[in-house]
Amino acid sequence: MRLAILGAGDVGRSVAELAGEYGHSVVALADSTSAVVDESGVDVAAALERKNEAGTVGDAAPEDALNADYDVLVEATPTTLGDAEPGFGHVRAALEADRHVVLANKGPVAERYDDVRALERDSDGEVRFEATVAGAIPALSTIDGVGPERVTAARGVLNGTANFILTRMAAEGPSYEHVLAEAQDLGVAEADPTFDVEGTDAALKCAILANVIHGGGYALEDVDVEGITNVPPSALELAAEDGRTVRLIGEVTADGARVGPRLVPENDALAVSGTMNIVQLETKHAGRLNISGRGAGGPETATAVLADVRRLD
Amino acid sequence: MSETGDRAHTLRLELVDEPGELLRALEPIANNGGNLLSIFHERGSLTPRGHIPVEVDLECAPHRFEQIVAALRDAGVAVIAADAERYGEAITVLLVGDLVDTDLSDTLSRLEACSSASVADLSLTDEEGTEGISSARLRLAVQSGSAAQTLETVRSIATEKDLSVVEPLVGEL
Repeated sequence: MRLAILGAGDVGRSVAELAGEYGHSVVALADSTSAVVDESGVDVAAALERKNEAGTVGDAAPEDALNADYDVLVEATPTTLGDAEPGFGHVRAALEADRHVVLANKGPVAERYDDVRALERDSDGEVRFEATVAGAIPALSTIDGVGPERVTAARGVLNGTANFILTRMAAEGPSYEHVLAEAQDLGVAEADPTFDVEGTDAALKCAILANVIHGGGYALEDVDVEGITNVPPSALELAAEDGRTVRLIGEVTADGARVGPRLVPENDALAVSGTMNIVQLETKHAGRLNISGRGAGGPETATAVLADVRRLD
Repeated sequence: MSETGDRAHTLRLELVDEPGELLRALEPIANNGGNLLSIFHERGSLTPRGHIPVEVDLECAPHRFEQIVAALRDAGVAVIAADAERYGEAITVLLVGDLVDTDLSDTLSRLEACSSASVADLSLTDEEGTEGISSARLRLAVQSGSAAQTLETVRSIATEKDLSVVEPLVGEL
């Protein structure tokens, strides 16, 4: 497959670096200000080196990447809320040209799922987005395999930053602010952690899960969201005394979607530690399925992106 | 008719699938002053060991209940759960916020007033270095099947008093 990759952050870079191993070629790679297009195959190493040194991947304009002769558009630009632009526009351009789209950007399928599906119906291209929910964890393909109508509930730990903070607070008892500063030093939390600790990121993933399970109709505003900023160490202590702990759980049921801190037994499958994620599915005929693993990171998320590309073959 | 002061209890038993077993399990209850209210005999559903689960609701004087459980065990009946309360389930929640200034005892009595729940246990800690913020762990005994309704009550009281609630996962109570 010939890939055009939009976004040269951790995920875009890793997809570009791993594409060759999967037998694909990269015909275009763009960041927010530049692009490199080469139909005989972009020299990925050179483009990424240039990105490191000069801050650009090539001499072309970013929109040139969309005009390249590609089979699959890999959309790995940062997630945006509301109209999900510019990601949504990229999806539209690819589908209108009858190309496939693989998303790492959550925006289009979290905020405008029904619009994306409508564009897909009019296109010969297909949209896949395994990487948007819990990184490397094959959550969506498992739901697809079971059949969305046979998945009665999905819940999980969908944000590694929030989980890291809760795990550290429960283990050592330092305050939220202390652990957040530590997480930022370690690169586990962003300088602006709002997206993670207030539950927005987990809520976007919940909206996507709800769209897949219920066949659309969900956006961020349809998810009931509460973050972890109101959970003090004393609450974690009280939970621990009782053999429990607190996790930021995203949950999709027949009643809707919600994200919030929840009490779970300490040895429960959902009580994963550190930056790990888990997705738990309740199924009609097969009971409960738990899939845990790394929910973020370049090569991890790229693994999900490239798994989607393989499914298009 | 029951004497005043009698309390309702639920016993979960597991019986071997043989004739006369049910009767043998009920005799120690009657012989020790227990008044049978209902018997739910799940013939269709077997436990992994091939036993039949039976749920017995009974009333007795408070001091009689332990005697009944002991007599059942002496008779070789497997008593899986003996609830000393009329409540079949328990849920645990955390409350965080200004619990004292928002009148904790009022919070508790309003939860109790919700007929399906009873506060079984309360632990409270102050949050060090944060003025006025404290956390409480509440264990609520609830009637079977009314956990969701009880959580709804907890949520609405918490919203009104500007407290945060950490709920359990329903289905994993």
